[in-house]
Amino acid sequence: MGLLSKKDLKLITDPLADNNPITIQVLGICSALAITAELKASIVMSIAVLFVMGLGNLTISLMRNIIPPKIRIIVQLIVVATLVIIVDLVLKAFAYELSKTLSVFVGLIITNCIIMGRFEAFALANGPIRSFVDGVGNALGYAVILIIVGFFRELLGSGTLLGFKVLGDPIEKTGVYAFGYENNGFMLLAPMALITVGIIIWVQRSRNTSLIEDN
Amino acid sequence: MAKNTESNVYTILFATGMVLVVGTLLAFLASSLKDKIAENKRIEKQQNILYAMGINENDESSVEFVSKDIVGEEFNKYITKQLVITGTNAVENDKAYLIDLKKEAALAKNNNYQRRLPLFVGNKDGKESYIVPVRGKGLWDAIWGYIALDNQLVIQGVYFDHAGETPGLGSNIKERFFMDDFIGEHIMDGDTFKGVAVSKSNADPKNINKTDNEVDAISGSTITGDGLAAMLKKDLKMYLPYLKTLKQ
Repeated sequence: MGLLSKKDLKLITDPLADNNPITIQVLGICSALAITAELKASIVMSIAVLFVMGLGNLTISLMRNIIPPKIRIIVQLIVVATLVIIVDLVLKAFAYELSKTLSVFVGLIITNCIIMGRFEAFALANGPIRSFVDGVGNALGYAVILIIVGFFRELLGSGTLLGFKVLGDPIEKTGVYAFGYENNGFMLLAPMALITVGIIIWVQRSRNTSLIEDN
Repeated sequence: MAKNTESNVYTILFATGMVLVVGTLLAFLASSLKDKIAENKRIEKQQNILYAMGINENDESSVEFVSKDIVGEEFNKYITKQLVITGTNAVENDKAYLIDLKKEAALAKNNNYQRRLPLFVGNKDGKESYIVPVRGKGLWDAIWGYIALDNQLVIQGVYFDHAGETPGLGSNIKERFFMDDFIGEHIMDGDTFKGVAVSKSNADPKNINKTDNEVDAISGSTITGDGLAAMLKKDLKMYLPYLKTLKQ
């Protein structure tokens, strides 16, 4: 037997596709719209969420039997906020440059509904190891969508990828711009992120029709 | 668990306990790291000021400050004078760069308070630059920066930073492609003060026209750009009486 049983492994693979937090559970949409104008921001956010979600799920799961149900949402919020603030403080003291890059994400992580959603739906009812794995799995599922959206928005909106001018220079008119191609500035705005997520949902559901809800 | 987690007493006790634990933990952490964080911020200020006057380790497209280890030395070498301006009066002060602009702005709301304005005089290869710190509002949070001017009030370099502008949009004010556009821009139009506007319609994306008091805006960050232009206008204006005396 490996490190993870088949059931545990599903906790990682499910959120990547058939139970994706963004496209299926429809959680974390706000941050997916806000920060996907550039691929780099998507990647940084994904890593930060991976960290907070794994540890947060673990903490909540360890506390699951003593949390009073009446105030559990507040307790969850405090756990996330504390984790994020600790990370922020430690980075500011020991890795200042990195903390500058991450500082704008701090607020977005605390309010990310994927984190609350997984605490509520999973960590409160499952053991610590499984909860940790579930947190990591969902964070990866979130990351996949963020990176896909970030890729298309940066490529079509700015003509760059991770800051590199892959399509040529729009001002000097080199590369594809020499043939009259123009960047689509609309891709940089939040509505196009929503439409991109919509297209991903459409593609995913037409490939796997069992995901379509009857009504 | 035999405990009844539903009961009111337990809920209140749990909440109190949690607040105490979390509060103590965070307070302890914050106070024990305070000095280190303050030191990092001080170093960053020196790096930013030097960056604006062109002392940096930039390669073609990145933003690279002089390294942490030598920044103190470089700062003493290139910044020849630090002034604190109050009204028309300028006094030298070695700690001028530590003046907190946010606090000064808040104090200045009281009419009796004469605002202290820090100004840094740099000298690189015999050319003097006057570095003005500015602070204003972006879309979500504070934005600030340092503007290096020569004695003709032409911008020699800028550094901008922000607390929480949208990643990938407003956050680009601290990228080279935006900051470099300011180099060579005039803040005056003849004898009238204009500042530098961040414009969506200047039809000059390569920024060839340096005397139009405009730079090209960033798509998708209108409010950050407007806030930045307003910040330049408001803060540079305060220094104008002093800066004009340099122009002779």
